[in-house]
Amino acid sequence: MYNKTIAELAQGLRSGEFSSVELTAAFLDRIKQHSGLNAYISVTEDLALQQAKAADARLANGDAELLTGIPIAQKDIFCTEGVKTTCGSLMLDNFIAPYNATVVEKFNHAGAVMLGKLNMDEFAMGSSNETSYYGAVKNPWNINTVPGGSSGGTAAAVAARLAVCATGTDTGGSIRQPAALCGITGLKPTYGRVSRYGMIAYASSLDQGGPMTRSAEDAAIMLQTMAGFDDKDSTSVDTQVPDYSAGLNNRLDGLKIGLPKEFFGEGLNSEVAATLETAIDEYRKLGAMVTEISMPTLKLAIPAYYVIAPAECSANLSRFDGVRFGYRCENPADLSDLYTRSRGEGFGKEVKRRILMGTYALSAGYYDAYYIKAQKIRRLISEDFKKALSEVDVIMGPVTPSTAFGIGEKIGNPIEMYLSDIYTIAINLAGVPAMSIPAGFAQGLPVGLQIIGNYFAEDRLLNIAHQYQQVTDWHQQAPTGF
Amino acid sequence: MSLTADDVKKIAHLARLGIEQHDVAAYAADLSGMLDLMVQMNDVDTDGIEPMAHPMDQVQRLRSDVVTEQDKREKFQAIAPQVEAGLYLVPKVIE
Repeated sequence: MYNKTIAELAQGLRSGEFSSVELTAAFLDRIKQHSGLNAYISVTEDLALQQAKAADARLANGDAELLTGIPIAQKDIFCTEGVKTTCGSLMLDNFIAPYNATVVEKFNHAGAVMLGKLNMDEFAMGSSNETSYYGAVKNPWNINTVPGGSSGGTAAAVAARLAVCATGTDTGGSIRQPAALCGITGLKPTYGRVSRYGMIAYASSLDQGGPMTRSAEDAAIMLQTMAGFDDKDSTSVDTQVPDYSAGLNNRLDGLKIGLPKEFFGEGLNSEVAATLETAIDEYRKLGAMVTEISMPTLKLAIPAYYVIAPAECSANLSRFDGVRFGYRCENPADLSDLYTRSRGEGFGKEVKRRILMGTYALSAGYYDAYYIKAQKIRRLISEDFKKALSEVDVIMGPVTPSTAFGIGEKIGNPIEMYLSDIYTIAINLAGVPAMSIPAGFAQGLPVGLQIIGNYFAEDRLLNIAHQYQQVTDWHQQAPTGF
Repeated sequence: MSLTADDVKKIAHLARLGIEQHDVAAYAADLSGMLDLMVQMNDVDTDGIEPMAHPMDQVQRLRSDVVTEQDKREKFQAIAPQVEAGLYLVPKVIE
């Protein structure tokens, strides 16, 4: 039952093979059984069973949708009315969200069952899930390694079959990198495709929510529910949502794939590189034409990102002041002490590091040298993508320089941790969509292949991912013991 | 480029962010490391390039000036650290 696709589960619910209550109870049991992974921050058992009961009623009435009765989970960055929403931080440990994120509303409307809220790096800042106030998440493929971050709880839960599928968010790679390290499928949509309303902000011009699933077929179903214009998100883009499942079976003959030479140079683990070459050969067999391309500005993505993201973070996180919601320090001496200590005690080290960096980059005398300079470089990077994507249909490359690293291995060296995002962050700066799909193993751990497409070409990416998943079975492999 | 302990304290004050005295040196080193990464931006000629704020260069939407939200004051105040008579409480600001 845990290994079935959304379509198969939907069929089982309709044929009476099992009810949503039975399916939900089975997943809740599994979550308890594997609580050692620390994938969930909150398990909303009562709510889940209540939603499952309502889903069974809808199924009986014949007004069910594809996701009705399917047990999913939400990254704990999405506000859920009446349910604790922590964003992985002590700052929000007592925060019961007073409203639903648009994404949550959409899943509720579809009749999906929410099993709980998933662990994540604090305020989505991290690449290993080790910055969470609720502790590190373990990678089910090897519990001594990290699942990646910031959507590490989501990736671990989906890989370990502790939810059928779940949501993630991606500011610099936070869907794709954990998807790669945990051997699942993750899609970061075009900026503006999925509403950010009620998704706790980190860097608003980069943040984007998306599906994390076991297959491209499931990702298409999830994205169908998540995507769409939202009046409540001021940067939402008002453009039509296509049928993401309609083109999954299109053939790939003549598909033009570009491989940026900058992605395959120094720094990429040789076993990972060999695994990716085999995956790209599979695309050749499917009829694709592969050419080498060059994107010289890619190397500027890390410096530009680590100015822009912290700058936006320092502005966004100024709302956490100990006055209206969230953590407040004990016995503040005066208002300034209230702000300073509430924030100092409520935030962890990585969040503080980024607030400090962003405050500096935006301060008088440095604004032009850092923030404006980085935004100009951001345009150069996006022009590089536009040029490349006018010559090829999609760009392929690695998601991560290596497979999952050890828990504790990089947390003491923030710069080294930042450099592990080298293949993902340029995509957020440009705003284009990208996927990570399982492409094999190196040193016994999953390797992800990144597929990058043009603005709003999510349907094309899903088609390309699905065709690969028709001729390989990497996406169907489960970690031992799960 | 490197930042001193005093720089870090000044930035922390601007952000109203309490940091422990024994962490100041580590933050100074980390931030200096980040600034070292950024040096390579200086080698790029960006004269005449328009800064990019939204990937699709979309401008802020306007909407008609009508009430769209319901009053949720009680709901919002229920999660506040300290409220009284519908007001958020903070330590005394004016003596």
